[in-house]
Amino acid sequence: MGDDPEQQVSRTQLFLGFLKIGMLGFGGVAPWARHVIVIERRWLTDKEYAALLGIGQVLPGPNTMNAAIMIGDRFRGVTGALVAVVGMMAMPLVILVTLASLYASFGQMPDVQAAIAAAASAAAGLVIGTAIKMAVKLKPTRLALLFGAVAFVAIGLLRLPLLPTVIVLMALSILGAAWERRA
Amino acid sequence: MKEGLLLQLALSFAALSLVSIGGANVVVPEIHRQVVEQFAWMDNTTFSNLFAIAQAAPGPNVLLVSLIGWHVAGVAGLAVATIAILLPSGVLAFAAGRLVARWADTRWIAIAKAGLVPVAVGLILASGIVMARAADHDALGVMITAATATFVLLSDRNPLWALATAMVIGIGGARLGLLA
Repeated sequence: MGDDPEQQVSRTQLFLGFLKIGMLGFGGVAPWARHVIVIERRWLTDKEYAALLGIGQVLPGPNTMNAAIMIGDRFRGVTGALVAVVGMMAMPLVILVTLASLYASFGQMPDVQAAIAAAASAAAGLVIGTAIKMAVKLKPTRLALLFGAVAFVAIGLLRLPLLPTVIVLMALSILGAAWERRA
Repeated sequence: MKEGLLLQLALSFAALSLVSIGGANVVVPEIHRQVVEQFAWMDNTTFSNLFAIAQAAPGPNVLLVSLIGWHVAGVAGLAVATIAILLPSGVLAFAAGRLVARWADTRWIAIAKAGLVPVAVGLILASGIVMARAADHDALGVMITAATATFVLLSDRNPLWALATAMVIGIGGARLGLLA
């Protein structure tokens, strides 16, 4: 793909760049991904990165992971994409296994149990807060608000099965968005 | 038995991979339903503890799935679950990257985004509520959830601060006998 003669990014550089993004991504990868890719390494311009992230957002999977795959492929093909994914996941997996092993060893201590239980409550709040923040930033149209609310009620409160519900809702929502923009 | 377990992990998470538009947090309610209710691999408390650990670690939210794999079937489970949640969506992203580079039609991507993002946000909110129900066993838990949500909403600081503060409050609360 787009073998831009002006820019050569090696597999090692891809690996190290995404290793850094994964490692720094405490509390969310997205801000660090932009910093490393656009500002520090200058692999892409802000506009190119935003476009890739936008495509990553409409596809299943974490959008930063999808962007990493597309960036890796762009510079080094299939192996570039693989190197980017492995780089991004390596450190988080090591840290995760360490945390999980510590939890397995010390999870029975009352203080640890209390701390983890509180962290679980906080983690739920973190997700709720993030969702509300995204909704505010989105400045949704009435139709978007409706689809968001229906998705929330159907899955969060009624606990309808996710797969069929999401497929139907997403299809209708895209049709709605197309209709809204038709004029 | 173990092979069956690994196969079940692979099938469950590979299917969820393809609908996780908006990231792994979108499919948390379904992961919870399958892991706790359908297959009974763990109880509610363990699930919410793993969720908390995954949130505390750096990296993409798919780590929850890696951790579930680890809990259910050790290192092999971790590997199978991680690959299962990443591979289908990854292949799709790879293909889409190549297609879009050729026939970039930003108008249709903009429309798809306008349709998909609101649904994803609604689903993430649903995940938060499902997790809160699993995690909050008392008034202190509910207060911590509400306080953290407010913190994230009003401040751009790293959310790890909120997690750390909550842990301190949780230990203090337990020592003072506020938690059952």
